[in-house]
Amino acid sequence: MAGLEMWLYLSALLFAIGLYGVITRRSAVALLLSIELMVNAVNINFAAFGWSRGDYTGQMIALFAVALTVAEVAVGLAILIQLSRTHKSTELNVATELK
Amino acid sequence: MIPFYLTAAAMLVSAIMVVRSTDLVRAVLWLSVVLGATAVAFIQLKADLLAVIQVMLYTGGVITLMLFAVLLTWRRDEGKPAAGRHRQGIGALLALGTAGLFVAAISRTELPEHTPLVESDSAAVGALFLQQHVVAFEALSVLLLAAMIGAIVLARRSDA
Repeated sequence: MAGLEMWLYLSALLFAIGLYGVITRRSAVALLLSIELMVNAVNINFAAFGWSRGDYTGQMIALFAVALTVAEVAVGLAILIQLSRTHKSTELNVATELK
Repeated sequence: MIPFYLTAAAMLVSAIMVVRSTDLVRAVLWLSVVLGATAVAFIQLKADLLAVIQVMLYTGGVITLMLFAVLLTWRRDEGKPAAGRHRQGIGALLALGTAGLFVAAISRTELPEHTPLVESDSAAVGALFLQQHVVAFEALSVLLLAAMIGAIVLARRSDA
């Protein structure tokens, strides 16, 4: 079985890949995808620390994070759909107002 | 050890495909591979409940929602993964820097004593939710309700 630090390395790499996506993508949908990657990396960390300490609190906090992310994605996508209606594009550079 | 490396490889390769793929539909599908691999990782970490929730909420719900969003919105800007080579360079530099910083920090930190969970206990997680952390749990349900109403109001057509 892999040790705790292996999981932490995996999560760090996943987080960095997500960060690359957040910086380079121009489409807002792709940006949300990259944010999902980063949240996922954090969740792996929570679960890994909980596992290593023999404690279930890590899993519980990861579940909280999952619920929060789903709420965030729902609101984000709603904003995106509205943006696409008003500006005929989902590129982030066009998003300067919300009306 | 081998299951860990397989999961990690699947996760990292498909994560790179998510950020590099020019086709958004494909990027969403690659993300579902990442999320599935994460569910496998959770099972290895003795978090069965988390793995099931991950599959139900993410691979089932969020991916479907994302696909709808991709297909419902305008995509004439598709096909350009990034804003020019310059921005890609900055992105790669920052990502590598962050990864290096994290890896250095992890390798220098003395990790707490390793007493891993031996079996998955979903009932224990549920008890934590409904006993010790019940206030946070209730606050979360209010937040979910607010987010749901907010999403509906935002996505509604203004002329309807």
